[in-house]
Amino acid sequence: MNDVTMKGLSERLFKVVGTRPLRPDGVDKVTGRAKFGADIHVPNMLIGKVLRSPHAHARIKSIDTSKARALPGVKAVITSADLADLPSEFIPAGEMMVNYRDMTRNVMAREKALYEGHAVAAVAAVSEAVAAEALKLIAVEYEVLPHVLDVAQAMEPGAPLLHDNMYTIGVEPKPAKPSNVAKRVEFALGDVAAGFAKADVVVEREFTTKPVHQGYIEPHACLASVSEDGQAELWCTTQGHFIVRSFCAKLLGMELAKLRVTASEIGGGFGGKTVVYLEPLALLLSRKSGHPVKMVMSRTEVFRATGPTSGARVWVKIGATRDGRITAAEALLKYEAGAFQGSPVQPGCMCAFAPYDLDNVKVVGFDVVVNRPKVAAYRAPGGPIAEFAVEQVIDELAKRLHLDPVELRLKNAAKEGTKAAYGPKFGPIGMVQTLEAARAHPHYRAPLKANQGRGVASGFWFNIGGETCAALNLGEDGTVTLVAGTPDIGGSRASLAMMAAEELGIAVDKVRPIIGDTSALGYNFLTGGSRVTFSSGMAVIEAARDVIRQLCERAAKIWEVAPDEVIWEDGHARSGKLALSLAEIAETAGKTGGPIVGNAAINAQGAGPSLATHIVDVEVDPETGKVTILRYTAIQDAGKAVHPSYVEGQMQGGAVQGIGWALNEEYIYDKDGRLENPGFLDYRIPVCSDVPMIDTVIVEVPNPRHPYGVRGVGETPIVPPMAAIANAVENATGIRFTALPMSPPRVLEAIDAARASKI
Amino acid sequence: MARVVLSGTLKQLAGGASEIEVEARDVRQLLRELGSRYPELAPHLESGYAIAIDGEIFQDAWFAPIGPDSEVHLVPAIRGG
Repeated sequence: MNDVTMKGLSERLFKVVGTRPLRPDGVDKVTGRAKFGADIHVPNMLIGKVLRSPHAHARIKSIDTSKARALPGVKAVITSADLADLPSEFIPAGEMMVNYRDMTRNVMAREKALYEGHAVAAVAAVSEAVAAEALKLIAVEYEVLPHVLDVAQAMEPGAPLLHDNMYTIGVEPKPAKPSNVAKRVEFALGDVAAGFAKADVVVEREFTTKPVHQGYIEPHACLASVSEDGQAELWCTTQGHFIVRSFCAKLLGMELAKLRVTASEIGGGFGGKTVVYLEPLALLLSRKSGHPVKMVMSRTEVFRATGPTSGARVWVKIGATRDGRITAAEALLKYEAGAFQGSPVQPGCMCAFAPYDLDNVKVVGFDVVVNRPKVAAYRAPGGPIAEFAVEQVIDELAKRLHLDPVELRLKNAAKEGTKAAYGPKFGPIGMVQTLEAARAHPHYRAPLKANQGRGVASGFWFNIGGETCAALNLGEDGTVTLVAGTPDIGGSRASLAMMAAEELGIAVDKVRPIIGDTSALGYNFLTGGSRVTFSSGMAVIEAARDVIRQLCERAAKIWEVAPDEVIWEDGHARSGKLALSLAEIAETAGKTGGPIVGNAAINAQGAGPSLATHIVDVEVDPETGKVTILRYTAIQDAGKAVHPSYVEGQMQGGAVQGIGWALNEEYIYDKDGRLENPGFLDYRIPVCSDVPMIDTVIVEVPNPRHPYGVRGVGETPIVPPMAAIANAVENATGIRFTALPMSPPRVLEAIDAARASKI
Repeated sequence: MARVVLSGTLKQLAGGASEIEVEARDVRQLLRELGSRYPELAPHLESGYAIAIDGEIFQDAWFAPIGPDSEVHLVPAIRGG
């Protein structure tokens, strides 16, 4: 447990926290100075490229690299034979549990290629052209196998089997035969049969969602340099350079201290950059060639070989009494994991009914492998899929009960003390407050025209803490360098600098925040789980208090008084009428004991969940099926918004990604399991002209376990949009869309079918 | 003694036990006791469970204290994106 929690949150008056200073990384980003993954060039650098499987499922019978190796300019060629095989076991890597047998097979196919785009070999050459030519000279003999892409088909008896050693965990009796079902999970509370027996109205529906990519604008990229004595440097775009170090060291048999990883600026991640693809290959190519090796994915490679999140089938049943009290809720979730186990079905099950206070709940989930890239985390992994289904059934229930959908949610909203279906009781949470804010918002009462509809949906995400370090180095002029170990994706350098300034009592522009490499700080878990402003913020506050303790000690020495006679107040050490500013103490630090450095190394606990409610208005064109988003309001509990602009940015970004997931995004495959739309032209994420200004309302229900009351905010905003939009489309058309995406052809087909049924 | 609630997969692995009493002062003692009492549970406890003590979730925190009257739930560890 950490000791930085403060009481009396609601009484604290902030000077810096809650303001909107310019972000410290802003100028570099708008002037092109910022260095992203592909922006580093070093002398004698080679270019690495990957040969990828053209088949969705194929046994690799042989790989002949001799012609590629003989090509002038080629310095190294690698296959899975260059990587050690690792046993199948889930072992800790930092805070993650990782199966390195799967990871080594995902970065380079071994016995089989399990999806189109699966890496099969890689080369390093003096130029991109030579590397590309070398790939053509690698001869791979495949035995093409039947493939399966859909979760329901993958679960059928006789489905093409991806792994002959996969026996479903969590079922009794233990299966005698392998299958594509990796795991069954179950969460239950109360007695659902008895609950449904008390219901006056029961709504039951089945839903499907498609895999969608995180859609980060910056492709994966890295540069690796391994010296002859085994020391290595790696520059890469990642959400967690410490986990990249852990993964690569394990895959390549390196000592952690010999691998120094630097996180570049990152052009989006959204969960998709919490894994390794190119990094171990670049290190291996560098080790083998003796040169630095740079690797950059094309957009096509990003689509064929990374991410996405799961496609899924979800069945939901909810019963309620006439007065709107839910008596029972049940769900069955089947999530695609991609080629290796590990879909987010477990958190999906836990999120499904989390916004509600229910006595009788049962949720069962299945983790199922299919011939696609292994899924990677995508904002609130698992949650949006579950809530797309649950929040539509809630909406339909409200209609059947002739209740306002916000009122129905308020009647059943989870609050402090509510027991979640997955076990524990909630502390203070903001579900009721977001619903009340929605009900009070002018948007909720604005008039609608013909073919327009309004939808509402709520969403939940847990948020996490974890291992985190921070350092504050005082310069002799009184400025402060803040070193954090969590890559800045959403403006965290600004929020961390603000918390340091708040605690130290100095102006925020006196704090320069940087992201240190893996040699600069102790272990930091990645940027994910909406944890950075919470956890790194906690570490920064603790480091600032370490600095303040030292400043007070120095002042006491200068004044020749006891340390306990000195207090820190408003950026000054004070003892009676004596006062010294931070800058004054820093100026003489060399003479009073040496440099002043504040450190913190914590395992942050106590992350509070964040809840949200979204309102959306749509217009459906009955002639084309196009759904236009007319107005969108996102309301969310942030605990305490450190930099409100970045909280709003997270809420807006999540809503926009959800709009894409709802209306456009899907992978199109040919009959052989090859992706036909691996680019932003045909896989269409929303652009500015597709969306209105997303209005935001920040609700602040302080998290008592953070010194300033902070909750994570990055993930919850993508949970409600798909259901909110589906509810709005239903409101506009009278048609309940249970499958994503609600793209124009699908919407038009449903409208035409509805018209035909009325004739 | 602390009351430990098991559900779903963990309940199956513990031979159907849904509520058990465990003498443990902290998370590490709890995990050791559960692993010793239910050997089939042991590998799963090391592979991604967090501990909710009286409603507050602790992740990777061996020395988080457990009170004699605490209610403890084992919750799948959450990572996020």
